[in-house]
Amino acid sequence: MTEGAAAREAARVEAATETPGPADAAHPLAAFGGLLLRDLRVLTKERGRFLVRTVSQPLLLVFVFTYVLPSIGRDLGGVGGQGSFTDVLVPGVLAIAILIKGVQSVALPLVQEFGYTREIEDRVMAPLPVWAVALEKIASGALQGLLAAAIVVPIVALVPAEPIALDITWPALVAVLLLAPVLSSALGLVMGTFVEPDNVPLMFSVIILPVTFLGATYFPWAELSVIPWLQVALLVNPLVYIAEGFRYALTADLPHMPPVAIFGALLVATAAATWLGVHGFRRRVLG
Amino acid sequence: MTHALPEAPGAEEDRVAAPAVRTSALAKTYPGGLSAVADLDLTVEAGEIFGLLGPNGAGKTTTIGMLTTRVVPTSGSATVRGVDVVAEPARAKQRIGVVPQTNTLDRSLDVWENLYFHGRYFGLTARASRARADDLLERFRLTGKARQRPAALSGGMAQRLMVARALLHRPAVLFLDEPTTGLDPQSRIALWDLLVELHHEGETIVITTHYMEEAERLCDRVAIMDHGRLLTVGTPAELKASVEGDRVVDLSADGDVDALAKRLRGVAGVHHADARPGGVRVWAAEVRGLLPPLLAAADTVEARVSDVGVSEPSLESVFISLTGRELRD
Repeated sequence: MTEGAAAREAARVEAATETPGPADAAHPLAAFGGLLLRDLRVLTKERGRFLVRTVSQPLLLVFVFTYVLPSIGRDLGGVGGQGSFTDVLVPGVLAIAILIKGVQSVALPLVQEFGYTREIEDRVMAPLPVWAVALEKIASGALQGLLAAAIVVPIVALVPAEPIALDITWPALVAVLLLAPVLSSALGLVMGTFVEPDNVPLMFSVIILPVTFLGATYFPWAELSVIPWLQVALLVNPLVYIAEGFRYALTADLPHMPPVAIFGALLVATAAATWLGVHGFRRRVLG
Repeated sequence: MTHALPEAPGAEEDRVAAPAVRTSALAKTYPGGLSAVADLDLTVEAGEIFGLLGPNGAGKTTTIGMLTTRVVPTSGSATVRGVDVVAEPARAKQRIGVVPQTNTLDRSLDVWENLYFHGRYFGLTARASRARADDLLERFRLTGKARQRPAALSGGMAQRLMVARALLHRPAVLFLDEPTTGLDPQSRIALWDLLVELHHEGETIVITTHYMEEAERLCDRVAIMDHGRLLTVGTPAELKASVEGDRVVDLSADGDVDALAKRLRGVAGVHHADARPGGVRVWAAEVRGLLPPLLAAADTVEARVSDVGVSEPSLESVFISLTGRELRD
């Protein structure tokens, strides 16, 4: 608090002279904004932990695969045998960062909120519909996913021995940066509301780990044509579309999934996860 | 009914005149067929402390849950200051403050921030919310804890902070669900004093409890519930007056209290006598003239009466006369 004592006193007088009774004028958007402010405040308190969690995995991936391996002559190679592995890995690392942060930032707090003290009952007493509280959680998680991507950008730009062969398609990049964080945090809401609180941390090993390994993150989906069953099976993995979206947006001239398929699937998955997450949240909250 | 009129200029004043809480045939049946609350008709007037008294499982918490928009009723309706809690939950929430049974303080924030962000949820400006948080911390003697995490608070302090938080947006009705369960006696009395103070300031308070002395001491009116049904409503005095023949006489005695109880049941004017540890409790319509025959009867058995106490009928006796059971089974 930085205001002087005079300002504080003035505020106190103002508050004291407010007419008693419910502040009926408050708009549900104000409540939405208030919840969002609260989440940002918690984020700034935990910025150190946020940074460590966001940075560690991408940094290690990029360091080992695009710096150490090429430096000792073991580069895994680029797409279609051209370029370096950086071209393959950078879109994948961005996708993983957004997915994990989006899921984490919604699902993990829900463990506490749905825990035995039912802290959630405080949050849902804010004067807005319960579905809007759920949407606020998605918005907050999406912002954190986007922030994670922003933090990862300098890592993927500076660490690799050979930089990525950039060929940016801007509208596609904007679309992925809008859809991927929302999809990720909506998936976090689905996980946080359909899985028992105690089991949520376990889900990160059971679901998130395979999803990230098999999310077209370390290989382009197009090259899976030699393992057709896997290529088809992976279509259920939402991360595939995020990674392919970044692949298309950043290195459009390299092989990738058709953009119509990428963005169609991202839209459908985002809508479905949002609907399911809001539904699950309402079911959990309302008796 | 004013609240049935179409929304028009002046509708807001009508609402202020509407009762603080009104339920009509309110019912909740949980999936699986458990009927938690049935056919509940209640009216809470503005400015009163209204108690929902009943044993665990009586439906008190479900009732509060429905009134505070957290539990969706199966049928019936409920309004808070004229606002339908099912049709317009967001507006209803603006009018209510809730202190739930468990500690729902935001553990990711400190004590001061718990109040400040609550204000922001309810549309207060940053400045107004800050001032309100400062004031409430001072009033609730928590200023020294402002920068601590809620986990560092004692049970009594956490409860005070939850009450402060519930009051921050100046709700029309304050709901407290079993607020003193688990508190030490000192904190319990402090909370009672606080609620009485709020009551004098005109706050409407709805409280659930299974402590009859709490209901008796605090509430203007009490609704007694059991098995999801409303048994009776009235002021504590009215309820006690309604219990016929339930003056209570406690005899402290050594020796064979069972035999004593049995013997006392035969005394004219005694409705009932129960042996309890250290004595016998006797229910009778009238105390006057009863003590000499009681003591004379006691002389005929192997028990020595050392003390006699006469108490007024309590809400406990009201509950027993309505259900045949004690409140704290």
